[in-house]
Amino acid sequence: MSQAVADKTALTAAPTTRGDLEVRLRRGAETVAVPLVALGAAAALFSLFLMLLGKSPVDFFALVAQGAFASWFSLQNTLQRAAPLLFTALCCAIPARLGLVVIGAEGALALGGLAAAAAGIATASAPSVAVQLVMATAGIVVGGSWIALVGALRHWRGINETISSLILNYIAIALMNHFVEGPLKDPASLNKPSTQAIPEGAMIGAIPGTDVHWGLVIGIVLCVVLWVLMSRTTFGFATRIVGGNLRAAQLQGLAVGPLILIACAIAGAAAGLAGMIEVAAVNGRANASLVVGYGYTGVLVAFLARHNPLAVVPIAILFGGIVASGGLIQRRMGLPDATILVLQGIVFVAILASDTLYGRWRIFQPRSAP
Amino acid sequence: MSDALGLWGVPLAVASGAIRVGTPFLFVSIGECLTEKSGRINLGLEGTLVLGAVTGYGVSLQSGSPWVGVFAAGLVGALFGMLHGWLCKLPRVNDIALGIAMMLLGMGLAFFFGKPYIQPIAPMLPSLPLGFWSDSPQIRAALEVNALFFIGVALAALLWWAFASTRIGLVVRIVGDSADAARAMGYPVDLTRFLATAAGGFLAGLGGAYLSLYYPGSWNERISSGQGLMAVALVIFARWNPLRCLLAALLFGGAGALGPALQAVGVSEGYYLFYAAPYVLTLLVMVMTVSPGKQLTGAPGELSIQR
Repeated sequence: MSQAVADKTALTAAPTTRGDLEVRLRRGAETVAVPLVALGAAAALFSLFLMLLGKSPVDFFALVAQGAFASWFSLQNTLQRAAPLLFTALCCAIPARLGLVVIGAEGALALGGLAAAAAGIATASAPSVAVQLVMATAGIVVGGSWIALVGALRHWRGINETISSLILNYIAIALMNHFVEGPLKDPASLNKPSTQAIPEGAMIGAIPGTDVHWGLVIGIVLCVVLWVLMSRTTFGFATRIVGGNLRAAQLQGLAVGPLILIACAIAGAAAGLAGMIEVAAVNGRANASLVVGYGYTGVLVAFLARHNPLAVVPIAILFGGIVASGGLIQRRMGLPDATILVLQGIVFVAILASDTLYGRWRIFQPRSAP
Repeated sequence: MSDALGLWGVPLAVASGAIRVGTPFLFVSIGECLTEKSGRINLGLEGTLVLGAVTGYGVSLQSGSPWVGVFAAGLVGALFGMLHGWLCKLPRVNDIALGIAMMLLGMGLAFFFGKPYIQPIAPMLPSLPLGFWSDSPQIRAALEVNALFFIGVALAALLWWAFASTRIGLVVRIVGDSADAARAMGYPVDLTRFLATAAGGFLAGLGGAYLSLYYPGSWNERISSGQGLMAVALVIFARWNPLRCLLAALLFGGAGALGPALQAVGVSEGYYLFYAAPYVLTLLVMVMTVSPGKQLTGAPGELSIQR
């Protein structure tokens, strides 16, 4: 991927504007076509999997469409599920621009949600807006520092960011369990240990006319803002240089360490905010409902979107739909809930394997005679 | 009688726990060690471990023999390793990211096929009662050691010997240190890595079968809590030496056994924090052993994690 980015920056500097446009169009078409091919291949493989089990793939995909997008009710459910995926996908997509594979969203979301709940309970007597602001700040700060730690370990200690972020996920979840079952436990929550509820007035409401909470809008706005940051500012340009060629970036005198730290902090802040929104808009308290795989699905969304924050929006909605239709598939087809996990795994493997297709098809390559 | 050992029960429980909890670490880490020595990294072994656990359990239940289950788990692990090895061979495919995808796929498949096996009880692997000389039931219980542990120790020694003094071991090391040199000498780079990844998957599958067929000894969706992943970090800590992998596996097993051991003597405060101990330990040893911009001694030169 980093090679492709480097090629692109080199080629877009070509003198003629017509050639420039052609290069952009062909490369752009390639970045859409290859993931589509991968999605198609994954759908075919998954159909084969279902047929081997004696289930109908047609029924399956029809049920996904029905459970995800067919009615106003299911569409709202889909959008509700897509909201946290927007944030967790950003948590992977932003560091990916620097060539880092960070998969710590699951842990940052859990800790962000926990910190937000704790902050909300502590300031319960304050005005609602103030409580919400304090909660959001707590989620952002905790999530941001958590992933910034991954970046710091990578840059100053040379520790692989993928491994450290995965390990930090387990530590984060253990920490959350400790607080939820220990110091912050609401004694009334017996079956599902939780913190106390945040004040009623601090809950994030629904978008008027829908059941979908405002987190979806915040997520989409954040995607747009981060797209502008990553593709239209000097900061974004500098991160692309670091991702394309670290040595060149160092020779240019770019401050690689701070760039990594800031990008990771932004990424973690996004995941921490997702945790705050899950607490303030859905659960009302922090508990194990924060750890349901939004982080890992977000990584998949980011890779499918090729780490483009704008492309994250439709793909998060698609996967929100797939997750939302899980219950229907379980009931109607008698398949276990892990079916969705298998589908996600196949899609993920296919999308990564499809990286090998870039540059293979002549139609997407610019004509070489300028 | 049960309190005869008092607080001495803690170090005893940690020591026996080091073996009991450390065995899956041992299998996954020597498997990963072999794969990494050939210059490739397989982060998907966590998925292989879970898949091996459900395969071992299911086959043991169907066939009535836990050892058939162990072997089947190894085979499934090898197949999964082959898939990873084959996909990584394609140009421009990122082996670290693909490992994460394989991990999720492996868990998905394991949960999918594992649903019917949560209730029934499969035949378990027997253990060797090495504490027969003692009267104390605690010492007897602590010295129940599974045969797979000794197989793992033997495999670690075998692997160490193979790397140090056999032709095959040398080829694997050349391929891992410099693909160009291996090609120039006429050794098949892709094939060697493919086989090393498959063999690593086989070993991780055995580790999974140990989880479901001995300790904790049942199948559920929380059977593995990142052991496969920690084993990858553990290989770095062990500097790609199979014998040091054994020591590291015991260390991590001991860290994992600390929480339950303290709980058994009545220290329940902060149970979940002790649960995090192995992960914190992993991170700490990485912070202490890895240093930026410097190759570690024993590190395969082609490893993408060493960039």
